[in-house]
Amino acid sequence: MSGERILIRGGRIVDPAGGLDAEGELAIADGRIVAAGRAPEGFTPDRVLEATGLVVCPGLVDLAARLREPGQEHKGTVASETRAAAAGGVTTLCCPPDTDPVLDTPAVAELVRRLAEAAGHARVVCLGALTRGLDGERLSEMAALAEAGCVGVGNARRPVPNTLVLRRAMEYAATFGLTVHIHPMDAWLRDGGCAHEGPVATRLGLPGIPAAAETAEVARCLALVEQTGVRAHFGRLSTARAVRMIARAQYDGLPVTADVAVAHLHLTEADLAGFNAEAHLDPPLRTGRDREGLREGLARGVIGAVCSDHEPHEPDAKLAPFPSTEVGASGVELLLPLTLRLVDEGTLTLPAAIERLTAGPAAILGIEAGTLAPGSSADVCIFDPAAEWRLDPARMVSAGRNTPFAGWTLKGRVRWTLLGGRIVHEDRGT
Amino acid sequence: MSGARLQVDEQGRLRHFLTVEGLERGLLTEILDAAESFAGVAEQTVKKVPLLRGKTVVNLFFEASTRTRTTFELAAKRLSADVLNINVSASATTKGETLLDTLRNLEAMHVDMFVVRHADSGAAHFIARHVQPHVSVVNAGDGRHAHPTQALLDVFTIRRRKGRFEDLVVAIVGDILHSRVARSQIHALNALGTGEVRVVAPRTLLPAHVEDLGVHVFHRMEDGLRDADVVIMLRLQKERMRGAHLPSEHEYFRLYGLTEERLARARPDAIVMHPGPINRGVELESRVADGPRSVILEQVEHGIAVRMAIISMTMRTARGGEGTPA
Repeated sequence: MSGERILIRGGRIVDPAGGLDAEGELAIADGRIVAAGRAPEGFTPDRVLEATGLVVCPGLVDLAARLREPGQEHKGTVASETRAAAAGGVTTLCCPPDTDPVLDTPAVAELVRRLAEAAGHARVVCLGALTRGLDGERLSEMAALAEAGCVGVGNARRPVPNTLVLRRAMEYAATFGLTVHIHPMDAWLRDGGCAHEGPVATRLGLPGIPAAAETAEVARCLALVEQTGVRAHFGRLSTARAVRMIARAQYDGLPVTADVAVAHLHLTEADLAGFNAEAHLDPPLRTGRDREGLREGLARGVIGAVCSDHEPHEPDAKLAPFPSTEVGASGVELLLPLTLRLVDEGTLTLPAAIERLTAGPAAILGIEAGTLAPGSSADVCIFDPAAEWRLDPARMVSAGRNTPFAGWTLKGRVRWTLLGGRIVHEDRGT
Repeated sequence: MSGARLQVDEQGRLRHFLTVEGLERGLLTEILDAAESFAGVAEQTVKKVPLLRGKTVVNLFFEASTRTRTTFELAAKRLSADVLNINVSASATTKGETLLDTLRNLEAMHVDMFVVRHADSGAAHFIARHVQPHVSVVNAGDGRHAHPTQALLDVFTIRRRKGRFEDLVVAIVGDILHSRVARSQIHALNALGTGEVRVVAPRTLLPAHVEDLGVHVFHRMEDGLRDADVVIMLRLQKERMRGAHLPSEHEYFRLYGLTEERLARARPDAIVMHPGPINRGVELESRVADGPRSVILEQVEHGIAVRMAIISMTMRTARGGEGTPA
């Protein structure tokens, strides 16, 4: 880590974890935050970053970003995708366990950690597999995965059909204080579907995924959370009904949290018009009412984090008839501007938006990140909230240019990203 | 929503034929009128017109089909085009060649039209978006989405028999959920101003929000057939009858099978249609299928004229020339 002493001055410092929202200075030395608000007397910086008119906030924490390595390097690598993260102000990424080989052994976790360290653009934390090979039948060696640094366990998009297996897996995870991450989707109700079961899928003749595929799985998991006491995180909610179920469970005191992918806060099933494969996501884009419910849940804090659900693809992955295309959108570098859009649209205040991108996801992962508290690692995002730009996929940093937001005018551009006090991204106004 | 801009050019002419949705009544009527003029060709001793001499039509079928492929082939041949039949399910894609690879290879042979059938909804749109500008695409059935030429031959048959659409009651019975035929029929009938379009099925065979397509939903056959002028029976795939969507063939026929007794609820001059192939004793009893009100074989016959009209109209637009016979 660089020992450079950096002073960031003139910016609006927004640190939701410390309740800070004021113009001021941020002083950094030895890779750590020295002070937020006003630099200590006699602080002599090696470098000064002029942040007048900019927002200075903790580096973003992204709860779901597929880096494609190991196993799918033709789509992206840890190096290429963490580079894209840095360009988007994201300093910590959480990698789901559905790598190839599956992240069910310490060796794979170690590999990803090393690749990330070697690249040096962003921190990567891993979720371990809940079941061996994600087969949904045999428990993984969760204790070993936790020792190897995994911040939680989950089965990614693979089902755990047998409810008894799921119960045991939750109990075993709870033994080691591991959070179980759930992608709520009932595989049978999904039944090969590729779009929200509603008027759009009916018109396009696309096999539908009913809202109940999500709510039935949320209900099953909530019953087991209540039974086992495990901490559970529901990732990528897509229905308003599931948000209400989580809200109710939180009200009842269950240790459950939730996140939403940023695309689902802006798009709906209507975006599938003309068989738009870029809008082929998992979970599917649902109704306008669902989108409102997700926004409301986010504003109320039921949903504690917004993530990118980053899934870079090679062009061929989307060059097929809609049902045969691969799911997902590349978006780690769009997470900030798309979340800021919710501020413009009146859904969130700026500090609340930043909270859902920093302290919120860090708390869900139980990691020290997403804060500018003195002594913490100097992971910082400095962005111009007013800078408008038009998204041209060809200019994305990620290896994957697959996005349903092509051509959108976005607001908010990252000027600098600091990781452990080191500048890992600098926008020179290209 | 599903491709109007892709298939119609700035002058409102057919560029491709992918879906009935979004096509205006005038254009549909133009197709039906053109089909009327082509219907006479079959009665000539030399069943050919020289409209598409030197043109190549490729029947690109990723899904098995006999009837549709054959009528497309005959239609293209009667227009004097050269026809190539390619059954892809058996060859390229199993070797890892993508749909786009297959397309590029065939394009290199200077073809003028692809007639495409594929199991994925949206396949014809995808191909239309990726072909070279001089190539036309006709959808011969994509997943559950659309089968527009079938729908056009159905409304052609109705127009010939009934002469109008405004005050007609049309009941479509059976597996609406999985049916591309039903979706295209509904769009065509509504675009032509049909009095009432009904769908009749148990809830397991109806797609979500089907009423948004502009139909009235009935679950009881007896209610759905009341005073109908046209009864369209859909084919029920055997695999749907093994417990997943329906308990048994027997119960389906008992509740939704078209018998003479049930047909008596429709208007006395009601006609019975079916896109084929028929499952006798499942969708309808033989007495009805072979009875005086059945127009099932007329549908097959009209399929050729309607496809001749669609092929010649789309290809005319693509090459910018003139079209239908005088």
